[in-house]
Amino acid sequence: MITITLTINGKPVTASVRPDETLVELLRDDLEMTGTKVSCNIGECGACTVIMDGKAVKSCIVPAAQCDGKKIITIEGLEQDGNLHPLQQCFVDANAVQCGFCTPGFVMASLAFLEKNPHPTRDEIRTGISGNLCRCTGYEFIIDAIENYVKQCSGEDA
Amino acid sequence: MSLMEKGGLRMPQFGEIDRNYKYLNKSMRRVDSADKVSGHAQYAADLVFPHMLVAGALYSPYASAQVIRIDTEKAEKIPGVAAVMTFKDLKKPASWGYYTYMTDRIRYEADAVAIVAAENNQALKEGLDAIEVEYEELQPVITIEEALAPGAPLVHENDKDCVGNIWSHATTLVRKGDVDEAFPKCDKIIERSYSTSWQEHMYFEPEAAVAVPDPCGSITAYAGCANPFFGRRWVADSCDLPRPKARLIQTVVGGAFGGKEELLGVVIGRACMLAQKTGRPVKYVTSREESIKGSTKRHPFRLEYKVGVNNDGHLQAVQCRITETCGAYHMHEFMNFRAKVHAVGVYNIPNVKVDIQGVFTNTVTSGAMRGYSAPQTIFAVEQLYEDVAQEINMDPLEFKKMNILKQGDIHPCGQEMKQEIILPEMIDKICEKTDYIRKRDEYAKQTGTIRKGIGLSIFHRGCGLGGESPDNSACMVAVHDDGTVMANVGLGENGQGLRTAYTQILAEAMDVDPSLIYINQVDTNAIVDSGITAASRGTVMGAQSVRKAGEELKGLLMQTAAMMFKAPVEMVILEDGFFKLKGVPDAMIPWQAVCECHHWTGGQDGVMAWFSAPYLHFDNEKGYGDGFPTYTYSAVVTELEVDTETGDIKVEKVTSAHDCGNIINPRNLTAQIHGGVTMGMGFAVMEDLDNEKGHIRHANMDTYMIPSSLDTPEFEPLLFECSDPTGTYGSKSIGEPSLEGVPASIVLALRNALQIEIRHIPVNKVTLYELLHKNRRDAQ
Repeated sequence: MITITLTINGKPVTASVRPDETLVELLRDDLEMTGTKVSCNIGECGACTVIMDGKAVKSCIVPAAQCDGKKIITIEGLEQDGNLHPLQQCFVDANAVQCGFCTPGFVMASLAFLEKNPHPTRDEIRTGISGNLCRCTGYEFIIDAIENYVKQCSGEDA
Repeated sequence: MSLMEKGGLRMPQFGEIDRNYKYLNKSMRRVDSADKVSGHAQYAADLVFPHMLVAGALYSPYASAQVIRIDTEKAEKIPGVAAVMTFKDLKKPASWGYYTYMTDRIRYEADAVAIVAAENNQALKEGLDAIEVEYEELQPVITIEEALAPGAPLVHENDKDCVGNIWSHATTLVRKGDVDEAFPKCDKIIERSYSTSWQEHMYFEPEAAVAVPDPCGSITAYAGCANPFFGRRWVADSCDLPRPKARLIQTVVGGAFGGKEELLGVVIGRACMLAQKTGRPVKYVTSREESIKGSTKRHPFRLEYKVGVNNDGHLQAVQCRITETCGAYHMHEFMNFRAKVHAVGVYNIPNVKVDIQGVFTNTVTSGAMRGYSAPQTIFAVEQLYEDVAQEINMDPLEFKKMNILKQGDIHPCGQEMKQEIILPEMIDKICEKTDYIRKRDEYAKQTGTIRKGIGLSIFHRGCGLGGESPDNSACMVAVHDDGTVMANVGLGENGQGLRTAYTQILAEAMDVDPSLIYINQVDTNAIVDSGITAASRGTVMGAQSVRKAGEELKGLLMQTAAMMFKAPVEMVILEDGFFKLKGVPDAMIPWQAVCECHHWTGGQDGVMAWFSAPYLHFDNEKGYGDGFPTYTYSAVVTELEVDTETGDIKVEKVTSAHDCGNIINPRNLTAQIHGGVTMGMGFAVMEDLDNEKGHIRHANMDTYMIPSSLDTPEFEPLLFECSDPTGTYGSKSIGEPSLEGVPASIVLALRNALQIEIRHIPVNKVTLYELLHKNRRDAQ
């Protein structure tokens, strides 16, 4: 077992992990933070996306042992005082959610993308989220949600 | 325009019905979004119980085999392994639903020979690896042709329900008029064959279940079942329990699309057996590969048609023979009911003969997927009639319009079409919106490498379960002293938005603010068996009991209000959250105060309502009768670009016209259309679940390609509303129609661009490349 120390949602965490353990196993199995989902488990679908040092990563293919010293943000870290993050609220307002299994991953991937490109066009959003898959929607309402959030952030009337 | 108003384009409404609703026909936010977007929603794999074990299964390396020897001794000794079970430990060989929990006779690659429960995933893996099995590999049967060949190995030997590999339960027919008499009188006879492949649901949540035993002998299973009452059957069957001691609580369902039934049932059963044996909670989560290999698929069809037509364009007779690949097991005796009703399309044909059969193969099992057995037939007939029109030198659109079913006609399955049909108006509108005729004629003349194509498919879909099986639903609505309203429903949220639709319908029925309404996930100990949430029946049929219970409970509250007013109940009205007295301006009592008084004065706080769809008779022996209580009508136009050198296909725009009846929630309805079009596009041009000797080649998302945000077309839904009152508040099905005509229209658009025949889907880049180059070679 390997001992690692990292920050998850602003809180320091020390964990003992197996060499073959993935970040999502650390989150879901060891820490019982089950907001992050596992769907393909091979880094293709993005359901397990979390933010590591500002970048979106697919936590099902990130070895937990490599997360020593990293800053991780998961879906559980977005709510403030019981209120949804404004981007989460935009997903709610756009009915961008159906079965919801891909949703936490989409929210995390979108946040990381918007960090790099805070004023994207609709086409840039489309490309920006293309690493995450969804089977229920046709992506349009997810893009609506992100576009609305961008408008809100730049003070435009959504 | 606010975001929620953005959705499909609303078309003129038909009929003279009062659409002055307070909560319907409005784009309310989904009631489950906040829980899902925050990660709080609990899917089965998220549940944790004290002392919980994890479980998994050991599979055969062969598609067809007999186990000679199995030894679990080493596995049992591995630290952390709590229990090992094999087929030898089963009380009976097969489950209630054909599938096996474990077996020594392997009929496909996802048949398990043993299951293990362990303290953690590492011990589980070590335990499964340590089980020693010796197999005798048998010759597998893979294709329809192999299954039907004389002397073919039998998938189910000694099965009284099989003739060779033909499963008698899948055999079904339609007889209308007399095709044999009609064919010789027709001006022209045209014959064509088509085929379709498997499609994987790829719901994002792989099957998962947690079984929790209690010391008194009951077992509660938690799983995202599409049919919680089937889920309960698996609990009861696997552990030999009476229904009340076998409880299934539906967790949040991460997508179903017709699946989340058979493999999930087996998983529930295995978890329950291990829970019963160990006395501890057991969690069983499938991997994506296990889910793809073990779950049912959209079933492959081989369709052979013979059409008799007169030179004036009138269809006289259609004969259709469909052979379905059942795979290794099959639970759906009624699977092909829909295929037979839809086998020759939405056209008025006096003489029809349809014969459908299913064959067993040692491949992945077939089952329900969005559209059930209709999308395959729609793909085929829409190509077929295009060819028929060309053969008699008629414009295909004029030909289809001439033959389309009208109100009062007799459906090919024998049903009198009593309800309103607005399809001609829809076709005219979609042609106008897409400039279909001009583009079609222009694109047909292209000769370049990169070409445009446009295709129009026309279809209908039976709403609900119809003559297939009883279509019942239950709902228990309770009101509390704090003014909240709670409903236990028998049909569940699969992700499509059913709880939101039920909230709106209950709000309308009771005239209560939706924020006071709570729709519970299904608990089999809290409501009566209402069957599966499938067949696009949840809102159209399932919500009838919700409405009924709500209206009855409102009536009881009106009586309490009358008592409080000391006035006759006829004078009481409910308006904007207040009970009022007609004509008495100041007489008003808030909703909550009446609820509170109702409770403390002994009022009936809850109502259970039951709805049975009107009985439809279809004579399965004679092949004639009523198919469905009503039908949804649709027309889809696809516009695309195709590269004649590489086979690259870019679906650019899909315009979908649907007769939605009365729309409950326009934004959510539009969401269904977007998702259905995307999945239909996947079926037509991207997804293929090929196998090699019964082993699925594409068992994860790296090689089984579902559409991403870069693949989806521009969507233009055209929402028509007719006045057919059959469904709840006049609603109609949309979940499945959204997909059903898409493959047909995509292939028609490809044919328009390339001027070639395409008779198999999927037609992806690889198959199209091969087809184009073969055609070129043949032409040289």
